[in-house]
Amino acid sequence: MGSANTPLATATSLAIMTRDLNLWYGDFQALFDVDLDIKSGIITALIGPSGCGKSTLLRSVNRITERLGYVRTGGSIHVHGKNILDPDVELLQVRRQNGMVFQRPNPLPLSIRDNVTFGYRLHREERGRLARAERDRIVEESLTKVLLWDAVKDKLDQPAIELSLEEQQKLCIARLLPMRPQLLLMDEPCSALDPQATSAIEELIWDLRGEYTVVLVTHNMAQARRASDECIFMLMGRVIEHSDTGRMFVTPTHTETADYIEGRYG
Amino acid sequence: MFQRTAVNERNTRVQMLVRLLFGMMTALLVLPVLIILGLLIHRGGPALSMEFLFDEPSNGMTAGGIMPALVGTVWLVAVALIASVPIGVAAALYLSEYAKDNWLTRAINLAVINLAGVPSIVHALFGVGAFVLFFKFGTSILAASLTLAVMTLPVVIVATRESLQAVPQAFREACWNMGATRWQTIRKVVLPNSISGILTGVILEVSRTAGETAPIMFTGAAFFLPFLPESVYDQTMALSLHLYVVTTQVPNVPEHLPYGVALVLILMVLALNAVSIGFRTWLRGRKKW
Repeated sequence: MGSANTPLATATSLAIMTRDLNLWYGDFQALFDVDLDIKSGIITALIGPSGCGKSTLLRSVNRITERLGYVRTGGSIHVHGKNILDPDVELLQVRRQNGMVFQRPNPLPLSIRDNVTFGYRLHREERGRLARAERDRIVEESLTKVLLWDAVKDKLDQPAIELSLEEQQKLCIARLLPMRPQLLLMDEPCSALDPQATSAIEELIWDLRGEYTVVLVTHNMAQARRASDECIFMLMGRVIEHSDTGRMFVTPTHTETADYIEGRYG
Repeated sequence: MFQRTAVNERNTRVQMLVRLLFGMMTALLVLPVLIILGLLIHRGGPALSMEFLFDEPSNGMTAGGIMPALVGTVWLVAVALIASVPIGVAAALYLSEYAKDNWLTRAINLAVINLAGVPSIVHALFGVGAFVLFFKFGTSILAASLTLAVMTLPVVIVATRESLQAVPQAFREACWNMGATRWQTIRKVVLPNSISGILTGVILEVSRTAGETAPIMFTGAAFFLPFLPESVYDQTMALSLHLYVVTTQVPNVPEHLPYGVALVLILMVLALNAVSIGFRTWLRGRKKW
């Protein structure tokens, strides 16, 4: 537990703590010595130009990156004090507890109800059928939490694919909740949505704040500014600046950050 | 402003010609099917009767019915399916869902495709060597069905693999990202969404299996056997071989008899296909995307 040079207490109070995180896609290095302390229970936005490594960083916390056989990761990623790159870590638990939400809503080809209970069923201890009462409770709780219950409560048996994109994205968040995730990692969750849907999802993310730790990759400066507590600016695989969102947008300490925020490149 | 020009004329003319050509090719394709069916119904129709279906051949196979051959074909197809579908589907699942994309996997895929190209008489010889002699099943339904199974495995594997690969990768990734194992992903998402395609492969296999003659000729199908098989270790008559026999090997067969046999064979395959297509449509209706 904990890397040698970090006191355990600090490590556990943080949701994510990376040290000397380096990542290569084959010969291409995508992350350079990333040291991050992401606090628990708040929304942290990851911003930066395309190819800066923000998505790679997010995905490495769910260890999706490893699915490409040619990825190498060095350093450590502590999630609530445990390095998820340790050999004794069960990958299936990493995937379960560090929930991912993607740019394109990706509901499963199942009914709305089965989408919500899917992850829960995967990791259920008891064998056999899920009792109806338990199932209904989980479905209602999760869908209520993502502000979707009233819209879909009468059509839970319908295919999830028939929902609007906004509703699909909410469903994709809802299906993570029954698995009791520690983190919600969102990779540009609004970029396939129209402005109205975007603000609906932003509201939802803000609602989840406190109960969940949210890390949000976004291309949208206004979104980062509106919907996050802290902001991390990355450039060419390095973290340039990490501070309170309000401060970063008003008084960035690095010229690169200022240039990016003001749209001088991106 | 919007008048027709010489270029439009030319392009339209070419397009009409191409359309005519393609249409004619389609007609050429459909025509033989219609002729065959028409001929069979016309010539074989009069042969069909309850006695024809439920009696055994008599008078040196120049009269009587085809019951033992009909039942024999059902046996052969059923046992071949029982052997080849689980193996074929499991192998396709492995190749498509588990195996890494490396030279070995590609070599196996190539081998599967090549296996489909092996002539059926070669499969027959393999069946004799492997199942009749080496495994000592003798000439029996078991040996003949296994030979048919080996022959049709590639069809099942290729059809299954293709329908597995038609399931969008995003569904699999969504499962994996929630901590689903490969098997959970297959069972809950991949298989339910590819089952109709897999069934298509099985339909193809049934049709082919029912009609094959060479592979069963030396391995388990008998020229004439006036009783029904009781187990997989028995020999049996089969429609396809019976058709061959009454057409070429027996003198003085009335003309309608071989056509009747052929008609029954085709109707049986069509009936099986109809059932499977109905089942497939029902499954598609339950799809959630």
